[in-house]
Amino acid sequence: MQVEMTVNGQSMSADVEPRTLLVHYIRDDLGLTGTNVGCDTSSCGACTIHINGESAKSCTMLAAQARGTDVTTIEGMADNGTLHPMQQAFMECHGLQCGYCTPGMVMAATSLLKENPNPTEAEVREGLEGNLCRCTGYHNIVKSVLSAAGNSTNGGSQ
Amino acid sequence: MTATESAPANVVGTPRLRKEDPKLLTGEGKYVDDIHVPGELWMGMVRSPHAHAKISSIETSAAAEMDGVHAVYTGAQLADMGLWIAPLPCAWPVTDDMVNPPHFPVATEAAHHVGDIVAVVLADSRYGAVDAAELVDVEYEVLPAVASIAEARDGSATAHHDLDSNKAFHWPLMPDPDALEAAFASATHVVKGEFVQQRLIPAAMEPRGVLAIPSPAGGDVTLYSATQVPHILKVMIAATTGLPEAKLRIIAPSVGGGFGAKLNVNPDELLAVTLANKLGRAVRWTESRSEAAFSTHQGRGQLQTIEIAADESGKIAGVRVHIDADMGAYMMLITPGVPLLGSFLYTGVYDVPAFGFTCDGYFTNLTPTDAYRGAGRPEASYAIERAMDMLAAKVGVGPDEIRRRNYLGGGGPFENLETASTLVFDSGNYGPSMDAALEMAGYADLRAEQQRRRDAGESKQMGIGLCTYVEICGLAPSRALGGLNYGAGGWEHAVVRFLPTGKVEVVTGSTPHGQGHETSWSMIVADKLGIDPDDVQVLHSDTAISPLGLDTYGSRSLAVGGVAVAMACDKVIEKAKLIAAHQMEANADDLEFAGGAFTVKGSPESTMPIQAIAFGAFTAHNLPDGMEPNLQEQVTFDPPNFAFPFGTHVAVVEVDEDTGDVSLMDYTAIDDCGTQINPLIVEGQVHGGIVQGVAQALWEEASYDADGNCKNPSFLDYLVPSAAEVPSMKLGSTTTPSTSNPLGVKGVGEAGTIGSAAAVINAVCDALSPYGVTDIAMPATPARVWKTIQQAKGGQS
Ligand code: FES
Ligand code: FES
Repeated sequence: MQVEMTVNGQSMSADVEPRTLLVHYIRDDLGLTGTNVGCDTSSCGACTIHINGESAKSCTMLAAQARGTDVTTIEGMADNGTLHPMQQAFMECHGLQCGYCTPGMVMAATSLLKENPNPTEAEVREGLEGNLCRCTGYHNIVKSVLSAAGNSTNGGSQ
Repeated sequence: MTATESAPANVVGTPRLRKEDPKLLTGEGKYVDDIHVPGELWMGMVRSPHAHAKISSIETSAAAEMDGVHAVYTGAQLADMGLWIAPLPCAWPVTDDMVNPPHFPVATEAAHHVGDIVAVVLADSRYGAVDAAELVDVEYEVLPAVASIAEARDGSATAHHDLDSNKAFHWPLMPDPDALEAAFASATHVVKGEFVQQRLIPAAMEPRGVLAIPSPAGGDVTLYSATQVPHILKVMIAATTGLPEAKLRIIAPSVGGGFGAKLNVNPDELLAVTLANKLGRAVRWTESRSEAAFSTHQGRGQLQTIEIAADESGKIAGVRVHIDADMGAYMMLITPGVPLLGSFLYTGVYDVPAFGFTCDGYFTNLTPTDAYRGAGRPEASYAIERAMDMLAAKVGVGPDEIRRRNYLGGGGPFENLETASTLVFDSGNYGPSMDAALEMAGYADLRAEQQRRRDAGESKQMGIGLCTYVEICGLAPSRALGGLNYGAGGWEHAVVRFLPTGKVEVVTGSTPHGQGHETSWSMIVADKLGIDPDDVQVLHSDTAISPLGLDTYGSRSLAVGGVAVAMACDKVIEKAKLIAAHQMEANADDLEFAGGAFTVKGSPESTMPIQAIAFGAFTAHNLPDGMEPNLQEQVTFDPPNFAFPFGTHVAVVEVDEDTGDVSLMDYTAIDDCGTQINPLIVEGQVHGGIVQGVAQALWEEASYDADGNCKNPSFLDYLVPSAAEVPSMKLGSTTTPSTSNPLGVKGVGEAGTIGSAAAVINAVCDALSPYGVTDIAMPATPARVWKTIQQAKGGQS
């Protein structure tokens, strides 16, 4: 079946099996491989994207269910080579190591700040509960998000 | 640009941001599953649902007839095709008589763990491969399964039906058995701890995956694999398949974490290479998360017994340890060696006059075990650090005091000190480490708050746990590895080359997967050569670009590979000096190299930047007679000794006595990894390591039922912690340079994990000590803690 949607501001279309997961449509059919897959139980958040401005795990729905929506993936975050402030914060606070969880983290974190522009450390930790990282111990991820929010005072040591 | 303008920044030791990040932050990083080629076929694995079963028959026709299916192969068919000439390798036969049943990529007669591959399908799509694998109909004759170390020891069933015992080896480290016996015979205090190191699923966030691309006419095969060890993999693939080593190219592209789980030689890697080569089409596979519990090795899996003999004051006289280690169903690359890596560290940071260690390895019908972050060393530090707390209780002193009384070197600085476990510790200074940790944690205040809660009888009690660890890294002096029967050396290779335009290319044989080698190596080179770190490009992880290397594991990269890079820079400077002397018509001995330029001593106006020399070496118009063109040098560094990082961790937990819930309130770590290249990266490594150790202590366990089924293979039940479960951490460091290498560096990739599980469980036991609780098994789940409290209360009344 033909599935079309707007991805990172461009209208995209691909012919896929009806059972195709949105994350596989994005990765395998559109070739946008920045969105990762870390699990098969909707637990890890590596696949987090924005659908109509809200964060969603793209492994939990079929591509067909996202027909006609406006999708943003990690590839759509930087603006003409300038990192999005959240990406910049992750870089400055060493919020990534292997980088596998990072696209999902950045997407989840930007939408967290959209809903709560001034979160406490505890709110950031709760807000990112659906995104797993095995490398960083979260310390610097939390610090990155607080720093992007302009609130680096309670980000921990350093 | 001249070198004097871009004056050397002295970047080593500064928290420099990583060059790796922009690519990874924008989705540009390519992991294996991101790379596609036309005509690729997807492998689907047919896996045994039984832990131990003979294969009676395999019916493949339904799968083979499915649309989009290219082929279906059983193990017997693959064996007949002659795709391999040897079983999967075990590079560490720890004893000459170690039992090592043959292990082929696809089982032929019997499956020995749930998930053992019994057939493979090839289909033209990701989903098609999974569907087709489900259509393969296998009949089994189910055999009794060995589902735990206890059952393996008992031996009423054997994990391999053609073996008459489950025992794989017995390995002793008994430097002086008589002295050990005497120490225990004359001791005032003897404490004994029996601990379970539960099995863990490493759970790197990127699942493993492979893509093999053949070139049918040329006969080459390129394998992309999510691996930590492309170089080792290349040798091992050649040795197991008979394909010429020179025709193989292994590439580890962006790799999403490893933690030891990606240092193996796996069935899928061998299948992809041989089938791609056979069929002339690209072959790929990516494990699903739930499949990973069966397709990727697990960690830990040990039963430990440790005894400490001490005098009246708690001064240690001897330490005796026995380990029963769960190999799982097969010996993988270094499966039997993992407990040995820990064996030398059961004396901890202490002055132990007499020591003895034995290990028995057992087969079970469970997923094979192998290295997982720390590999043997977290187990060792857990055992000795838990036992030290037991000793403190017995002697009646605090956990800090018992440690102080026993520190090697009296708690002061030392170098090159021989221990009872036959190692020579490069350097240490343990007392200040603990002082700094207790100070940063606010130890006195914590104890006061603990007392307040106890006195008030609050339901939320507090526990404070210490761990003073030492670990062994910088693997490894090749001779030492030879002495341990390890099948390879421990050197690392580096090339440093100036390009004609003055930029520098570094080729390293170590293989990062999140550790930031590109950044750290650039910093080392920048300071050595007096150039901008951004002018350094670090190439790695592709055997065609970096043909020599022994890869990344065991916190070895910096202490071996980084040192090789530094030494190669020294050689570049030596050669450049000869060229400079020639071109400046000066005596080489009169030249100084600083700030990226050679200057004639005493005449600062007579100077030549190294970039100009590099260009001169490229044009080769005016080189000393007989000198080869180009400015490029290589070094293979084989360290003379291991490196021994150490540190003190302090965990503070709150235990809710009504629910058994344990929460980590605060965590302080002072780590000493020798000279630091990039403190930002050091701290990141420590953070991540700590949380993995905390996770072992409180949440994670691969649990199996009596039939050998893993009950929690997916992230629904295997509890990898999220940000919500852990606090921010307070880190600090001391710096005691290593004597094992010229940079004074030690290694830090595993330190966090090695220190944290013991600190957390010591804290939990400390919280429960008023009830007389002296031990609790990992993971200290709410149910387990609650039960322990109830039993203790019952026992008291
Ligand atoms: S891949 Fe979507 S939540 Fe894990
Ligand atoms: S950076 Fe590796 S999983 Fe988060």
